Amino acid sequence: MTATTPSLAEGGESPARGAAADRPGATSRRTLRRRGNALFLAFIAPNVVLLAVFAYWPVIYNGYLSLTSWNLLSETKPFVWFANYADMFTDPEFGMVVLRTVIFSGGIVIISIVLGLAVALLLDQKLRGRNLVRTFSFAPHIVSGAAIGTIWLYIFDPSYGLLRQLLQVFGLGSPAWMTDSAWALPGLIIVYVWKTAGFVAVIYLAGLQGLPNDLYEAARIDRAGPLTTFFRITLPLLSPVTFFVVVTSIIGSFQAFDVIAVMTGGGPGTATTTLSWYIYEQAFQAFDAGHAGAAAMIMFVLLVLITSAQARFTRNRVHYQ
Amino acid sequence: MTAPATLTQVTASPITGRGEGHRSQRPKSIVPRILLYLGLIVVGLAAIIPIYWLLSSSVKTSGEIFVFPPRWFPTSFHFENFVEAWHSAPFGRMYINSIVVTIFGTLGEICVAVLSSYAFVFLPFPRKNLIFGIFLGAMMVPGTVVLLPNYMTVAQLGWVNTYAGLIVPGWGSVFAMFLLRQHMMTLPTEITEASRVDGAGHLRTLWSIVLPLSRPMVVTVMIVSLVSKWNDFIWPLIVTNTDNMRVLPVGLLMLKSDEGYTDWGAVMAATCFVVIPVLIVFFFAQRQIVAGLTQGATKG
Repeated sequence: MTATTPSLAEGGESPARGAAADRPGATSRRTLRRRGNALFLAFIAPNVVLLAVFAYWPVIYNGYLSLTSWNLLSETKPFVWFANYADMFTDPEFGMVVLRTVIFSGGIVIISIVLGLAVALLLDQKLRGRNLVRTFSFAPHIVSGAAIGTIWLYIFDPSYGLLRQLLQVFGLGSPAWMTDSAWALPGLIIVYVWKTAGFVAVIYLAGLQGLPNDLYEAARIDRAGPLTTFFRITLPLLSPVTFFVVVTSIIGSFQAFDVIAVMTGGGPGTATTTLSWYIYEQAFQAFDAGHAGAAAMIMFVLLVLITSAQARFTRNRVHYQ
Repeated sequence: MTAPATLTQVTASPITGRGEGHRSQRPKSIVPRILLYLGLIVVGLAAIIPIYWLLSSSVKTSGEIFVFPPRWFPTSFHFENFVEAWHSAPFGRMYINSIVVTIFGTLGEICVAVLSSYAFVFLPFPRKNLIFGIFLGAMMVPGTVVLLPNYMTVAQLGWVNTYAGLIVPGWGSVFAMFLLRQHMMTLPTEITEASRVDGAGHLRTLWSIVLPLSRPMVVTVMIVSLVSKWNDFIWPLIVTNTDNMRVLPVGLLMLKSDEGYTDWGAVMAATCFVVIPVLIVFFFAQRQIVAGLTQGATKG
């Protein structure tokens, strides 16, 4: 990326600085450069301030909060070192929260990717109406999560819901979904898959349409079947896209909040209390800044690890592109 | 920090899918073709039926709502649901709040993003690529993690229950800046150099040359920002606590905790208040939204 930066932009670091000083007009060029530097600072200043205050500082401060025991009200924040972390690692309830988050996130990611790839392969065929279907399947992604929550609460309604009718077609009864602790989490996974799969499909479709033609020609000449072609050519070639989608949907589902807030509020009991809901609950309902901060730090570290794994993976796979 | 490298690689291909599926042959025999079309229909229906269900239920009478099996088509348009929903919570006020927050939030974010992306492309500064990398690091900071500290900052500024508290924290811009910078780097530098020899200052170069040339990307970034600010939920939820400062998505949650969702017709009508503006925008600006959001996937 650095290589494509226009040379004009690199003027400030030019190694020919000393040589230029001997030529007439060098002083004016230097003042021009100094003015450019000042202007650079002025232009990025608003963003620097905003990101420092609302993105970097809160991470540091959150780290500090995680080492204190504070109820958001008292004057002092007693420093307790790693007591909050120790609490959480020994608390089976928090272990359940993490396990639930992994099931929730893993379920969404795996199902969305399988469905999304299947839909992308379908949309890659020359079929009439595929553009309309692409539009339809992308639409859920842009609808507010709070709205999606209310729509699906109605669809899941065990007495009058649409899903009850669908299940009846297959001779099945409707579970109580959001009020049954066994079904609430699977129900949420269904909703998030509905919201995510079309988006995944559109990314895969772009990936498919960017694949080189010659390998497919070669496969055709070798009389490779469609399954062999898919598993030996398409899937490996798409691996950077897959990894990108996996990481972005893990990050997205880890932070899932609005649909949960509207549909279950973390319940029934703690059946849908994922890590993000737990952080919110600890901070704004239990007023326990220490535990909220520690849980947030754990989430942050997990996400940074996942993101850097993606970066390393993609660097190693550059030859695919 | 390394996220943009992966992004550019993954999204280097045309993202809106205008290209033909060049490897896909037209299936010769009729049976696979029918199966493919069946699949297409199932996918389309699965995606759109919940949205259709929202729109159709919002105009059903309670007689048609509380019936099993459900009615697919309302027999008449019962718009009283919308009146009832409108009066069940201060939705007029919430509309104003949502519009103010969305518009000023987007304008501020775009201004900040345009200024910093211009600086990174056209202004000299030592080690500015390193600085750019530090900026991009902010993309790795998830919103959930910084919730409590940001609430405390806003409370300290006295911004709880104010437009400033709702809007200003969203002005900091990484992804919009990143997309704009990538676009500005493709502009021919001769143009800006020529204008500076003419004595035009940087602000004027930015306003009268670079911005017009970047219009497609600015529009994309703007629409994506509009939609995500309109839908934003968790930050408005914690930074406001009075009815008259709530925004629409939070209003839906309030509706539930006040009355429970029993009157589905009115609840669906209220949900339409939130959804219909976005659907209209999506209808007109689908290409920009798809392009911007597929590139914006990392910031979810």
